[in-house]
This record gives sequence, structure tokens and C-alpha cells, in this order.
Amino acid sequence: MTDATNNGAPKKALKTSLIAVDERTKRRNAAEARFRAYGVVAIVIAILALIGLVGSILNNGSSAFRQTFITMDVYLDPAKLDKDGSGNLEKIAKVSTFGYAPLIAKSFEKKFEDPNVGVEGLSAKKAAKMISKEGPAEMRRFVLANPEMIGETVSFKFLASGRIDGYFKGRVTMESAKLDKNVSTEQLMLADQLKAEGSLQTSFNMGFLTRADGSENRPEAAGLGVAILGSFYMMIVVLCLTLPIGVAASIYLEEFAPKNWITDIVEVNISNLAAVPSIVFGILGLSIFINFMGLPQSAPIVGGLVLTLMTLPTIIIATRASLKAVPPSIRDAALGVGASKMQAVFHHVLPLAAPGILTGTIIGLAQALGETAPLLLIGMVAFVREFPAAPPEGFFDPAAALPVQVYNWTQRADPAFVERASGAIIVLLVFLLAMNAIAIVLRRRFERRW
Amino acid sequence: MSVKLTASALAIIAAATTASARDQLQIKGSSTVLPYATIVAEAFGENFDFPTPVVEGGGSGAGRKAMCEGVGENTIDIANSSSRIKPSDIELCASNGVNEIMEVRFGYDGIVFASDINGPSFAFTPADWFSAIAKEVVVDGKLVANPAKTWADVNADLPANEILAFIPGTKHGTREVFDKKVLEAGCKATGAYDIFTEANGGDKKKAKKACHALRTDGLSVDIDGDYTETLARLDANPQAIGVFGLSFYQNNTDKLIVATMDDVTPSTETVASGEYPVSRPLFFYVKKAHLGVIPGLQEYIDFFVSDDMAGPDGPLAEYGLVSDPELAKTQEMVSTGVSMAPLN
Repeated sequence: MTDATNNGAPKKALKTSLIAVDERTKRRNAAEARFRAYGVVAIVIAILALIGLVGSILNNGSSAFRQTFITMDVYLDPAKLDKDGSGNLEKIAKVSTFGYAPLIAKSFEKKFEDPNVGVEGLSAKKAAKMISKEGPAEMRRFVLANPEMIGETVSFKFLASGRIDGYFKGRVTMESAKLDKNVSTEQLMLADQLKAEGSLQTSFNMGFLTRADGSENRPEAAGLGVAILGSFYMMIVVLCLTLPIGVAASIYLEEFAPKNWITDIVEVNISNLAAVPSIVFGILGLSIFINFMGLPQSAPIVGGLVLTLMTLPTIIIATRASLKAVPPSIRDAALGVGASKMQAVFHHVLPLAAPGILTGTIIGLAQALGETAPLLLIGMVAFVREFPAAPPEGFFDPAAALPVQVYNWTQRADPAFVERASGAIIVLLVFLLAMNAIAIVLRRRFERRW
Repeated sequence: MSVKLTASALAIIAAATTASARDQLQIKGSSTVLPYATIVAEAFGENFDFPTPVVEGGGSGAGRKAMCEGVGENTIDIANSSSRIKPSDIELCASNGVNEIMEVRFGYDGIVFASDINGPSFAFTPADWFSAIAKEVVVDGKLVANPAKTWADVNADLPANEILAFIPGTKHGTREVFDKKVLEAGCKATGAYDIFTEANGGDKKKAKKACHALRTDGLSVDIDGDYTETLARLDANPQAIGVFGLSFYQNNTDKLIVATMDDVTPSTETVASGEYPVSRPLFFYVKKAHLGVIPGLQEYIDFFVSDDMAGPDGPLAEYGLVSDPELAKTQEMVSTGVSMAPLN
């Protein structure tokens, strides 16, 4: 009997040392170092992309939060506004904004009497073009609210027109003004004079958050008010519908439903729905909610319903995952001391799963808030200037939505809208950031680990 | 609990839909008309006791189709259109009970060719454009695949810039006008039209279609977005030429230099006088069944065509609309409410 191992040359033992690193270990160490480097490069690329994106948006959009205003004393001429002097509100209302515009030119004439103010070759009428077309509308609203002020001189803080505003933000320069038919260098020089004199100032632009959209002729007056309100209404609808439906569906599927082929099909479909392109829900919304059910176009209720359909799968999946994460021992213990199944679920499982459900809901809402595609089809991409009424009627009034407003503004011809669109993106990002932060805080505070 | 909540939500929806009556106008259609319509809507909301109309874009075809969907509060009142309504639209309208439509032409729009302001200026003719971007052109009396690489190849008077044209995509109303007024005109001027007609056995329709065929080697690029996209593409390719609406150009005169066409510089004046060849009328179509039903409809259309708005000194002209010389006639037609005659 021969021992195989004793035959032949004895196996050459690997020379290993704890001090000197051998070839193989070197290779393994190098591979690990390379892998770490790849990881660092990947993260650096991602961070650079993020910085580039956020940086360009902030760079373009932060100026939307500042706005140039021109303060003017305007004489509310009774000869123009209240011809027969009766003070009859109906007659005063007949004077349209076109009737108010000349009053601004008049007050520039008055200003030019000051020898320090005025640029050669710039008439008062042309100077009046430096005031936004929103100006006459503001005056008219003021007069209709205070008809007793006719005949007085009132100080108004008007918006400066888009180009003048752009001059103080660096978008318009003397060189570009020479080529631009909408603004002249004389107007810019006068603007500089007014600034030195103190009647022109750039300040925080609250109107950007509270005003309604403006037409192409007055980018300076365009704001996000209707869009923010519309988005808020849609989120209310989404929250009120997805949370109960999603949670009820998940609890049933997870805790009560028998495991058979029907529930399997339902499960597969829910996962599939989560991946359906959102525009499909828009088509569905158009044909069902608007054409079949007869709900109004451009209304937050329809937008909310469509976004509900889109968000439901996300919320169901998140809820089921957090229900699954509750250890079976909790259920068993509850059942063991005589609780019914429903009591076990509602008294013990659901409270423990609540933080996860809330997080999932908020993330679903954030996703719905930023969604544009389905809204294009149901008429939300409209020019809406009227604020929707208070709910519940307001759900049926036309409104815009934040992401749609961004889309809308990027299509406008006036370069001032580029700044507005970026500003709207910043507002949207702030909302998303706030929602995600709430989700993280909720998770941190209430999450339990086993 | 959840079932109760959803049930009550649905009940609210059902109750509110039956109760709500629409008090604001709804308008949809051409993205070229959209800026004008928003300017009018804004001023209308300010000066009248009616709420500001809701104006939507989406394209001329989409607007007309939405108008023809039927009569009732859930359908729009006015369709904006940058091209004339088509017989197929009228058929669709008739089949859905929309019988009386008012056609209102409120002005004209010019289509301009512009390039980066720092580049050379161009003086085009339609023939130059056809020779530059058509799929097949005539060389020595024969049809060949377009060989031109620079504008100087096309016309020795033009700068030797490489040809790169950003033209509106086929879904735009602007493209229709471009096809007709530039490509077809150029096709005829270069003699290609006659050769196409011959090649197609005298079929004029097919010959026209052949005139519209563009080269596919990347020198002519369809832009399916709007003019802002064309402008962004020009920024990236300062050598290129883009096709814009006159109003868009007028709002960006500090970035763009406009080319002449047949030696005419586009402006509201030259378009109004008809000297500048590439222009088109702008329309809106009113569903007459909604007059007197939706509050403010008559007032809105009267206001739109009034001298205050659509006149030569009004805000629309300031934005770039070429005022209609026959505006007075339109005003009278609108106030008396004449339906459009059948298309001929």
C-alpha cells in the first residue's frame, strides 16, 4: 500500500510572510484600491452634475426673487377718470386701463420739470414705457376701491418694465439696448438717474409668489400664486384619496387576502402600474374624468384624480413593505392573548407600520407634485389668471400647477421669462426638499427597529 | 373608515359637477396665437366684470378639434388657429352638432429667417432656400440629390457659411406656410417644379409634394419644439439660420439678425403691405351656440378685434401682430355675429 502523498516531489509551500507583501496580495490590494477609486469617481461625477444643475438654476433663477420698482406720484385727474364729477362708480368703471396709461406719462412730465432729471431725446410718453403695463391696471383697481381719491396725487410703487428690470439684473446692457427695439439707451440712462434719486429701487419680489401669471407683454408681473394654489389643491385631493385607498388595499392584501392566483395577479399588476409612464394616466384622465364623467377642464380635481391613480401603486408598495417589516411575533402575541385579527392589525401592526406608511405617502406626494406629463392632457397647461375659490368649489375652478408653469414660461418669447422659469424651479425644489425633509424626520423619530 | 371617506369624496365630486356652471371662457389652439390671446385675456379680465378667460396652447389643429367636440359647458368656446379651418374640421363639427361657427381674422403674422447677431447678414430668395435644403434640385436640367454644402454654393452672393437650417417641424402651422410660400415658390423659380410635374406624369399634387421633400443629411433640421428651442440651437450653432415668427424676432432683436426675403426686410409694415412674401393670416373660431350662454363671450370677441387691442397702435401690434387693414369690416362682422360661409 502506497501513500500517494508520499510519492513524487513534496509540494512547494507558498512562502508567506507577515511583513513583506507577496505578489497575490498586492494584486488583490490594487484591485480594491481601483474599485474604491471608481466609486469615488462615480460620486464625484454625480456631485458635479448636481452642482452644475442646481448652480445654473440658482444662477438663472435667484434674480426672479428680486424686482425693480419705480415709485411715482400720480395725479388722479378727474377730467380723465370722472368726467362729469358725479363720483358714480359705474361711470368710473367705464374708464379702461387705456384711459389710465396717459396719467403716468403726465407724472413723468412733472418729474422732468426737475432740471436734474431727464434725458435728452426721451419724451415723457416714451419714459412712461419704463413702467410695467400692470401699472395702469393697479391704478384702476386702486381708484375703483377708493373713488374718493380722484383729484388727489397718490404715490404708487409701480413695477418697472421687464427690460428696465433686466438692466439692473445684468440681462440688458447699454450695448444690447442699442439693438433692442423694446428698450432704448435713453430709457436706461433715465433709469440710472431715477435710481440715484431714489425713486427706483430693487427689492424682494413677494409678487413672484403671490401674483397670478402675466401675459407675454408683462413678464415682470408674472407670479406663481395660481400655480402654487393649484398644486396645493391637487395635493389635497391626492392625499385624501391615496392614503385611505392605498392603506386599505395594502392592509387587505398583506394581512387578510388569501394567497391564491387572483391576489398574485393583483400584486403583479400593482407593481406594473408603478412603472407605467405617467402620460398614460393623463390619457386615461382625459377620456374618463373629462369626456365620460364630464368634470371641468383645467381643474385641480381632475389633476388630483389623475395624480392619485399615478401615486397609488407607489403608496401601496411602500405600505406593504412597512407592514411586512413588522415582525410576525407582534401579530402572534396579539392573537395569542385573544385579539381578533382586525384588532391585531389596527391596534398593533398598523401603529408600528405608520412611520413607513407616512414616509411612503410623502414621497409619493412629492413625486406627484413634480409631475407634468399627465397634466398636459387635461388642460392644466393654460393661461389662468383667476385664483381658484376656496375648497370645495375651488377644486373645480381652473388653475395651473407648479411644474406646468415652468413648462409654460420656458416657451415664452420674452427673455425675462427664462429667469421666471428658473425661479419657479427653485420654488418647486424648495417644496420637494421640504416634503422629503419631513419624510426623513418622521422616519427618524418614529421608526422602530427589531 | 376609508371606504366612507372615498364614498363621501365621490359624493362631493358628483354634487359639485352638477351644480357648477362655467363662468369663465375657455380658449384653446395655436401656440402662435397664444401670446396675443393671453394679452387680450389679461386686459379683458382687468377691464370687464367677467373673469379672465382661460387660454390654452396645444396647436391649431388640436384647438379646432376641441371646438368641434360638441356643444356644452364641457367644450371650449373659441379655437385659435394660425391656419384656416379645414373641411374635415367642419365635417367633424357638423357631426357633433356644432353647426354655426364664426370665423374672425384679426391680423397677420410674418415668418422671418434669422441668424446669430454676430454672424453675417443674409439676403435670401425663396429659390435660395429651395436649392439649399430640398432633397433633389435641378443641375443642368436634371434632378440630382442636393449637392450644396455652403450658402455660396447656392447663390454666389450669399456668405460662404455652411448650410444649417432650423425649420419648424411638420406639426407646426408655420411649416405649412414655409412649405407653401418658400419651398413651393423656390421650386417653381428654379424650374424643379416643372421637372417634378413631368416626372409624375402631370400630377401637380405629387409635384408639390416632391417640392416639399427636404434633404435628410442633417443640414436641414426640424424643430418640433417652439421658437425658444430654435433660439437655443442657434446659440449652439452660430452659423445656422433659424425660422421664427415675426413677433418672436421682435422680442429678441438683441440676439438675432434678420435676413431679407426678395430684398424686403420683414417688419409689421412690410407684412401689412404685402411686400414681404412669407406671411399668413391669424384666426380665431367662435362657437356660436355658446354666445349668450357662456357669459362674456360676445364682449371678449368684440374687445379682441377692437382698435384698442388689435389696431395698429394697440398692444397686440406692439407685441408683433401685423394689424389687419380691414379691421373695421371684421369689427362689424363680429358685432353682428355673421357665421362663416361654407369653405370653397
